[in-house]
Amino acid sequence: MRKYSVFAVAREALRGHTGWEPQWASPEPRKEYDVIIIGAGGHGLGTAYYLAKEHGITNIAVLEKGWLGGGNTGRNTTIIRSNYLYDESAALYNHALKLWDGLSQELNYNVMFSPRGVMMLAHNIHDMQGFKRTIHANRLNGVDNEWLTPEQAKEYCPPLDISRSARYPIVGAALQRKGGTARHDAVAWGYARGASDRGVHIIQNCEVTGIRRNPDGSVAGVETTRGPINAKKVGVVAAGHTSVVMQMADIRMPLLSFPLQAMVSEPVKPIFPCVVMSNTVHAYISQSDKGELVIGAGTDQYQSYSQTGGLHIITHTLDAICELFPMFTRMKMMRSWGGIVDVTPDRSPILAKTPVKGLYVNCGWGTGGFKATPGSAHVFAHTIARDEPHPINAPFTMERFRTGRLIDEAAAAAVAH
Amino acid sequence: MLLIHCPYCEEERPELEFRGAGDAHILRPTNIADISDEEFEAFFFLRDNVKGLVYERWRHIHGCGRFFNAARDTVSDKFVTTYKAGLPRPDLSPAPKATETTVETYEATEGVAG
Ligand SMILES: Cc1cc2nc3c(=O)[nH]c(=O)nc-3n(C[C@H](O)[C@H](O)[C@H](O)COP(=O)(O)OP(=O)(O)OC[C@H]3O[C@@H](n4cnc5c(N)ncnc54)[C@H](O)[C@@H]3O)c2cc1C
Ligand SMILES: [Zn+2]
Repeated sequence: MRKYSVFAVAREALRGHTGWEPQWASPEPRKEYDVIIIGAGGHGLGTAYYLAKEHGITNIAVLEKGWLGGGNTGRNTTIIRSNYLYDESAALYNHALKLWDGLSQELNYNVMFSPRGVMMLAHNIHDMQGFKRTIHANRLNGVDNEWLTPEQAKEYCPPLDISRSARYPIVGAALQRKGGTARHDAVAWGYARGASDRGVHIIQNCEVTGIRRNPDGSVAGVETTRGPINAKKVGVVAAGHTSVVMQMADIRMPLLSFPLQAMVSEPVKPIFPCVVMSNTVHAYISQSDKGELVIGAGTDQYQSYSQTGGLHIITHTLDAICELFPMFTRMKMMRSWGGIVDVTPDRSPILAKTPVKGLYVNCGWGTGGFKATPGSAHVFAHTIARDEPHPINAPFTMERFRTGRLIDEAAAAAVAH
Repeated sequence: MLLIHCPYCEEERPELEFRGAGDAHILRPTNIADISDEEFEAFFFLRDNVKGLVYERWRHIHGCGRFFNAARDTVSDKFVTTYKAGLPRPDLSPAPKATETTVETYEATEGVAG
């Protein structure tokens, strides 16, 4: 793999950009691999990358039914933060946040991680109490998060209207300065390039249609639209389709799949300096480096695989955005789209071994797993390589829904992340 | 937005009048204190999350206020039928086959967004 650098750009500029290589190879699938990863989103590709880099396992295939990064990885609003309430979550998301810092150097690929700050608005006494509780819990866990008065919030984010007469008055905010955004596609592409360079096969347009088992019940491989492929270890990283894939191994999951939508506006000059989230009125907004306002909406109320979602869901969010930022009322929205997110009852992910030997699952990230991509991939690679969880993901089992040891971020936030 | 036929009002009304209430035909065990953790998990947390035909509960909360059941295809989001609460799951075999192509999405026609 040729390294990207300022010299490479200069060299290619001089020779008409004829020397760039494809970023990853597109090989024919082998008959057998040591590890198969189902799903080439950020989490799946990252898992393959860390398996190769940190555990010396390079005979890996990442199988993708569509194109890599075409799932939720390429559809999300890219908000990155780690200020979750519970110890288990704080450890997991903060592990990811530390890896985001330096990921571009690690991958030699500009993932455009931009720690511009994530601000969560408090509109009422309940928000205030909830955020302060989280801030204290975060402080004890060494997670960056601080309370701002309305004036301090406005200083950090001038477009805020902190007047008492605002439709949704702002009584303060929680700010994670180290949070921010990253370029979603670049995360998938960077991990794909790094994995491919280490010998990992990335096989697109290859849908897994069955999971093959040995007589003793352990995993033998998968059936795909490109024929059977053997492997002793299979990692399922299929986001919204996890239930469908796990069903192939006769495992029922504590998951429901919902459409989640987002949209972008026409591009404008820099106007919005950070990420602002308002859980109470349900609006998330930031500005991309291209200049578009990136706005996240909520999930539909019914389970679905339709990757669309109702129009009233996005207009509801736009109503809130226009109330919070009246200056955006005349902006035009350019595109909206949906992804299918896999939601657990406690809104925490599952990163674990399964009852089937050799089968591992990384799912349940729901509306908020992009932020966790490097951390999730890192500890999941460990889980597959060692056949035991990393201490950070050890609490994120499937069995917690039997034992009752939930990690109840649903109750902690009561909204999408 | 979905258009939903309320079997009580016998009218097709916009989704905004309704509240989705999850899988239908899940019976709460009458001996809830005696069942095992596995049984409780299966009753309370595990779901089939079917890609295809699902049976689910809806409530016409801004209309007659009543709960009823529906059979819906989760790929096209089309309702196959709705029926009153308490009625058994209707036999819809041969089940409508869910195909990826039943819904024309932006992505299907224009490529990936965002
Ligand atoms: C609109 C929207 C906004 C969001 N906003 C945020 C946000 O601001 N911050 C945040 O942290 N998170 C956000 N999320 C959530 C985040 O996008 C996801 O949690 C994360 O990207 C999941 O990554 P993944 O790699 O697990 O899944 P994906 O990127 O979805 O990858 C899974 C892959 O598996 C493939 N697959 C499925 N079944 C099969 C099969 N049978 N065979 C082969 N391949 C298969 C799929 O095609 C897909 O490419 C948002 C999600 C959406 C939809
Ligand atoms: Zn009615």
